[in-house]
Amino acid sequence: MAKLNLNRVEMPRQDPKVRGKNFNEVALGYSLEQAKEEASRCIQCVKRNCVDGCPVGVDIPDFIKAIREGDMPEAVRVLKSKNALPGICGRVCPQETQCESTCSLAKKGAPIAIGRLERFVADWERANMPKASPPQPAPTGKRVAVVGSGPAGLTAAADLVKLGHGVTIFEALHVAGGVLMYGIPEFRLPKEIVQNEVDYVASLGVKIELDSVIGKLVTIDEVLGNGYHAVFLGTGAGLPMFLGVPGENLNGIYSANEFLTRVNLMKAYRFPEYDTPVKLGKKVAVIGGGNVAMDSARCALRLGAEVVYIVYRRSEAEMPARREEVENAQEEGIQFKLLTNPKQFLGNEKNWVVGMECYEMELGEPDESGRRRPVVKAGSEFVIDVDEVIVALGTTPNPLIASTTPGLETSKGGTVMADEATGKTKKDKVWAGGDIVTGAATVISAMGAGKLAAADIDRFLRG
Amino acid sequence: MYKILLREDLVPSIHLFKVAAPVVAKKAKPGQFVVVRVDEKGERIPLTIADWDESEGSLSIVFMEVGTTTARLALLEVGSSIADFVGPLGLPTHIEKFGTVVCVAGGVGAAPIAPIARALKNAGNKIISILGARSKNLLFWEDRLRSLSDQLIVTTDDGSYGRKGVVTEPLKELLASEKVDRVIAIGPSIMMKFCAKTTEPFGIKTIVSLNPIMVDGTGMCGCCRVAVGGETKFACVDGPDFDGHQVDWDLLFARQRIYLDEEKCSFEQWQKNIQPEVKYGKVKS
Repeated sequence: MAKLNLNRVEMPRQDPKVRGKNFNEVALGYSLEQAKEEASRCIQCVKRNCVDGCPVGVDIPDFIKAIREGDMPEAVRVLKSKNALPGICGRVCPQETQCESTCSLAKKGAPIAIGRLERFVADWERANMPKASPPQPAPTGKRVAVVGSGPAGLTAAADLVKLGHGVTIFEALHVAGGVLMYGIPEFRLPKEIVQNEVDYVASLGVKIELDSVIGKLVTIDEVLGNGYHAVFLGTGAGLPMFLGVPGENLNGIYSANEFLTRVNLMKAYRFPEYDTPVKLGKKVAVIGGGNVAMDSARCALRLGAEVVYIVYRRSEAEMPARREEVENAQEEGIQFKLLTNPKQFLGNEKNWVVGMECYEMELGEPDESGRRRPVVKAGSEFVIDVDEVIVALGTTPNPLIASTTPGLETSKGGTVMADEATGKTKKDKVWAGGDIVTGAATVISAMGAGKLAAADIDRFLRG
Repeated sequence: MYKILLREDLVPSIHLFKVAAPVVAKKAKPGQFVVVRVDEKGERIPLTIADWDESEGSLSIVFMEVGTTTARLALLEVGSSIADFVGPLGLPTHIEKFGTVVCVAGGVGAAPIAPIARALKNAGNKIISILGARSKNLLFWEDRLRSLSDQLIVTTDDGSYGRKGVVTEPLKELLASEKVDRVIAIGPSIMMKFCAKTTEPFGIKTIVSLNPIMVDGTGMCGCCRVAVGGETKFACVDGPDFDGHQVDWDLLFARQRIYLDEEKCSFEQWQKNIQPEVKYGKVKS
């Protein structure tokens, strides 16, 4: 047996000093040679643990083998047979906790860089392959409405249309893609790539109706009465959470949703060429420790902030953000104020935020999340000077649909109750998946839920 | 794309567009709004619904030229299209038989108040309307409001038409002279605030339609947060109608001014870029 190669091929990235001033993609991707070299490290295990680690079950060793053999069209075919959005997943999936964590080489500390290879295949396809004519499945005569065009909705729609069902996606915003468009910044996930993958789903025959706020424009019951045989709800978790401390409505305090929507969806970083503005803070504090907090902090830096703080009430070990994103943020000069929690925001006479009074925290006993509970250190208050604050504490599902859909059961937290294995809700003919069911989670878990629901909807429609 | 079926210049700076939006027209209710985006580079702005016609599949909006977006909208003619037209958003105005309702409209507020007055009238209320503007050349829909009301009072700040003064003066006299069961006030924020201040001592429930800055209009961003009765609300999904006596007006005013500098910069940039013949005022018809 050949000796194991434990040298992961690094992926080139923009220099931190340069990238902190532009919105271009940070990671630059492998060359063909780099991809082949990384692919050649794969030992093609008989028991494919990496596939089990993938929420959509991509045949990982097969597409890696194709890369090694230089058969890129085959790599594309294998990858896209299970994953309609590989250019996105290769960039934003937390591979380190999924496929790469179950890779046989992970035990040796050098798992195959599956995410980077996936990204390479998707980018190669985009640059080199003519658009294939879509498959022409036999029409079933059944129609499915998919609500929301984020990762869950796009995946469910692509799977259902490939099975011969007529599929229409209803999207509330003016572009499709959901959080991939409004939430994740250009420098981490270029919008051209999202648009390309949305166009691919449309090329399969999926109709996309934009500007359609379901629950307002039409209700789910009206959709079902309008000739649709099933509905999939993939509307995500779009409602921002705030801290609920004094001063939170001061000018200059954004929810991460608002800040990122202005910057990413409305392209405020190109104001005034684009009409939507965003405030350019000099001293910016971002509250929270997840990927959205990292994205917000790095956007604020690129908009010209002199100093950007991540303010997080626990320690670095408990941060929910991907390791890679924390490191990217640190490299770019984002300052981490850990074990720190806002007590109140301080404003000037014109209602603008000028400071943030914080507590120092310490970690106590583990809480229900299994992480050690942060507790306030008595008498530890101190003030941080800021002129902009971005609150990135997480999101909950928007109640617009649940409140207008009788028979749909929701949890106390507002998530829709659905069967974990099938996405079936308590309401007849209605399925749900992604953040609307789980609360804010990852792109790939939403895609996995979209896939499971599509399979169950197909069973139902053929039943 | 949403086609403009009819354009009416109500006064030189206030325009009505009737827009083809059949599904929205089917659902629209008094007090709701739409979010409009002029084109690919445009921002999303909320505009209250002025009228709709389900059989024609159309919905009318009325807007005043106040900044880049509304100035760009004003350049559009019949047959051209608006990129995005999303709605109906927000909660409809609460309509029931209250008894006597005073509808106070300031400036462009005449447009959204008309369908509300009509619905209240159809619900069996006696409608007294007060229509106010800075000057005669900014008044519109006097006839329409007259036809929907049992009584109409018109005021202008400069006395160029109707009664000289602001809307709160006749409002106060009405409250003192007859039994009023509810007041609805729609117009500039400052006018709505003073209407609420006027009715408060009389203890008459006063509904105002708040117009904070919005982005998505569906509860997603929280830009439109307002404080009502000490609680934070999102005007886009919890409103836009609120109890005027409970609104934190100073917070609303402050938050409406967040982008003053950017609005100025954007407008100057736009003026620099447009054709000279449309630079100052209307497109030639």
